[in-house]
Amino acid sequence: MPETLHRRLGMTDDEFQAVHQILGRPPEDPELAMYSVMWSEHCSYKSSRAHLGSLPTDAPWVVVGPGENAGVVDIGDGWLAALRIESHNHPSFVEPYQGAATGVGGILRDIFTMGARPVGLWNQIRFGDLADPHTRYLFNGVVAGIAGYGNAVGVPTLGGEVEFDPVYAGNPLVNVMCLGILRDDQLVLGTAGPPGTVAVLLGASTGRDGIGGASVLASAGFDEDAGAKRPSVQVGDPFEEKKLIEACLDLYERRLVVGVQDLGAAGLTCATSEPAARAGVGMDLNLDAVHLREAEMTAPEMLMSESQERMMAFVAPAQVDEVLEVAAKWEIEASVVGTVADGDRLRVYHNGAQVVDVPAASLTDEAPILRRPIARPDWLKDLWNLAEPAADVPFDVALLALLGDPALGDRSWVYEQFDHMLFLNTVHGPGRDGSLIRVRGTDKGLAVSTDGNGRLCQLDPRRGAERLVYEAALNVAVLGARPLAVVDNLNLGNPEKPEVMWQFTETLAGLGAACETLGVPIVGGNVSFYNETDGHDIFPTPVVGLLGLAEPIPVRPRQLEAGMAILLIGPAQSDNLAGSAYQRVVRGTLGGRPTRIDADEGGRSIELAIRIAHVVPGAVLHDVSQGGALIAAAELLVAAGVGGQVEVDSVPGAFGEDPHRFLCLVPSDRAAEVGQLAREEGCEVRDIGITGGSDISIVNQTTVEVPLARITAVWTDAIAAKMRGALHE
Amino acid sequence: MTVGIVAFPGTNCEHDVGYALESFGATTVPVWHRETSLDGLEAVVLPGGFAHGDYLRTGAIARFSPVMAAVEKLAAEGRPVLGICNGFQVLCEAGLLPGALIANRDLRFICRPVQLRVESTDSILTRAAAVGQVLTIPLNSYEGNYVPGPDAPNTILRYCEPDGSITGRANPNGSSGSVAGIANQTGTIAGLMPHPERAIEDFMASTDGRVLLESFVASVESVGVSRA
Repeated sequence: MPETLHRRLGMTDDEFQAVHQILGRPPEDPELAMYSVMWSEHCSYKSSRAHLGSLPTDAPWVVVGPGENAGVVDIGDGWLAALRIESHNHPSFVEPYQGAATGVGGILRDIFTMGARPVGLWNQIRFGDLADPHTRYLFNGVVAGIAGYGNAVGVPTLGGEVEFDPVYAGNPLVNVMCLGILRDDQLVLGTAGPPGTVAVLLGASTGRDGIGGASVLASAGFDEDAGAKRPSVQVGDPFEEKKLIEACLDLYERRLVVGVQDLGAAGLTCATSEPAARAGVGMDLNLDAVHLREAEMTAPEMLMSESQERMMAFVAPAQVDEVLEVAAKWEIEASVVGTVADGDRLRVYHNGAQVVDVPAASLTDEAPILRRPIARPDWLKDLWNLAEPAADVPFDVALLALLGDPALGDRSWVYEQFDHMLFLNTVHGPGRDGSLIRVRGTDKGLAVSTDGNGRLCQLDPRRGAERLVYEAALNVAVLGARPLAVVDNLNLGNPEKPEVMWQFTETLAGLGAACETLGVPIVGGNVSFYNETDGHDIFPTPVVGLLGLAEPIPVRPRQLEAGMAILLIGPAQSDNLAGSAYQRVVRGTLGGRPTRIDADEGGRSIELAIRIAHVVPGAVLHDVSQGGALIAAAELLVAAGVGGQVEVDSVPGAFGEDPHRFLCLVPSDRAAEVGQLAREEGCEVRDIGITGGSDISIVNQTTVEVPLARITAVWTDAIAAKMRGALHE
Repeated sequence: MTVGIVAFPGTNCEHDVGYALESFGATTVPVWHRETSLDGLEAVVLPGGFAHGDYLRTGAIARFSPVMAAVEKLAAEGRPVLGICNGFQVLCEAGLLPGALIANRDLRFICRPVQLRVESTDSILTRAAAVGQVLTIPLNSYEGNYVPGPDAPNTILRYCEPDGSITGRANPNGSSGSVAGIANQTGTIAGLMPHPERAIEDFMASTDGRVLLESFVASVESVGVSRA
């Protein structure tokens, strides 16, 4: 086949024909460049769009649902919260530091585009085995990139997740969620406004970096030539972004903009066509006015550039001068690059000549919608029927193995590289079930939990996705917050494979059903396909970011001390270990069919957790998730430096991860009070132990005592010891 | 009694420091780095962040910002000048405090509470504290590793163990002499790497930052009284 321009740009022959038909003539090169990025999987959601309509997105408190730059919900007292999640998987594999850094930069722009000040970031990162030097290089680079950008841009990183599994070795996952807050009269949308409105390009100059990031990089898998894609990774400048944030917030404060659109994937193309399409207008864009990083750039390069830290503001003509003054005050560049026009055409001029004339909305609305074949994987039955080994290791051996695992042990090596205290609002930072920040001037707190579990979803994407939603909800509930809204990031393999499309639709079904029963709307999402290397797909890895509202913020739990009862609350654990950390770390297996959620039980546990957090002073609550009840208890004891005795009835009882369960540690004389509340809510309570001493004693038929100091050492070393010297590899 | 909070492009702790000082009774005003006069201000704080992106070298560009001449003038008049984290780096770079801050020993950013021992109460930052007092205050920096100039600095805070002993283990970033904070010889200019404004309310890691910020506010007040 001849190597035509459209194929080099990642377009199919059918797509090229479709463009030809829209224009009624063959497209010029700059036009083809625009369609290639806007119709890429990354920008157009062409494989997923047909399925996304089934999700629950409405609730009385939803102000902006999916489709804008971020979702926005009403949190009361005149305040709104904006949230969004994104992936930067492929750039981070090709260039870990810049890939992760620009992921942070991009999500921030999505939030302050809405008029909100970004107040928190959460990163969900997944890698191969830390024993592999290349994985350590990627892990170190991604963490440093998040730190380098997030800290310098002045937005705290409040939590996230870290997971390690060989399936991510050739395709690490780097997701990032951002939360912003704004007054309810400050909301700004990505609309171009009426004809005559002026487009002002703010921020960094446009260069040749990141050309084709959305199409060449984000919308295709990897082979051994991955390094050759490095020029498609953008380069971040957090200082420029910091100035851009302050300048934009200043513009909003002065009410100088009609609409704003950030320049991320697809750069100028997206920032002109999307706002024009939303407003139902046309636009004239003059490339000669764009401030450039390098001379002699071609029109397609300018239109496709993904240079970071740029925003397009749409401004009434009378206010352009003041906008330029505000930009000068914050020391950012600003250029008047276009005008909103009557009609529906997007026209682009370069060197004084017209080089593009296309219907603006055709770039967004007429992107192909694919109905790709869907088929359940044949191998799933084998996984469900996997024979488990008969013999298990002693409880203490399993405990130490799990707590020494980098995904379960001490993750402070990661989060202590992130500023998590800026703004003085961090009530609960990283290292807990979820994060909680106060909304100053109110008694409200915003809680966020982000949860993913690729292994669970590999075994059953629908049940796995349901579990994630309920786990995230319980994570905010134990902080005293009520679930309010969800954003999701679906990381999947190659959608051209029917099995991957099945995983995708099952994941959506699970997400939708769980959010429906929980009564929580999905206000935004992202789909990242083509997470494959050499034909091997990753596990389907949806990540759920859930926002909760605590009103008021509960009194901060007391420090754990000796003599507290350890209560396990929620339904009884079954003998199911499917997809558990125990399978992964101790048995080295992956099989079985994960336990389903029970919406009634789940709802009751969430209600009870919220109640206890608010009315039982001193209660320490902790969700039971990866590693099961014994690990959940050990995590609390190790963090507090207090021993304890924990009864376990079986291996699943100790390490099973059935949903809707949490621990409640209270002074013994208050255990009855918790019991009473649990009866009122219809939840089961089991007294499984007591805190105190310098060992963790595991009580089964016999009692095994493990010195707390030994457990703590193993836990502390889980990541830190493996990363010693990683800088010099 | 008005304290100016100086912000360079890239500064990010200016609102936090303003909020904290106001909670201790000070009046604060923001001062943009292009200002050339600090008339009417009793004192200034250079808060944390990444002034001018910390490009070239931390504080290297900020020292040339127009406001720095006015800061030098105010310092020369003996009025309180406090630098926190990036502000400390800028003061060193401007020559208002001796020494320099280089990359942490482990070449990683560090954000966590650390213990500090008060070495001297003869400064605007420590006058209300007691020598030997141990304070828990969050650190938040990549370049917090203090290197002295030719002369030993007037050290006011050192990294320490919870019991106050000075050990290598308790030194988070490799600072020479475990130095966390210093002052000029008269104690009117002070700088420290940890963030006292992050340790003032009950939900924070500690409330030990109060004694430092209260010292500073009291110092500002006494300057105001002496000028009245």
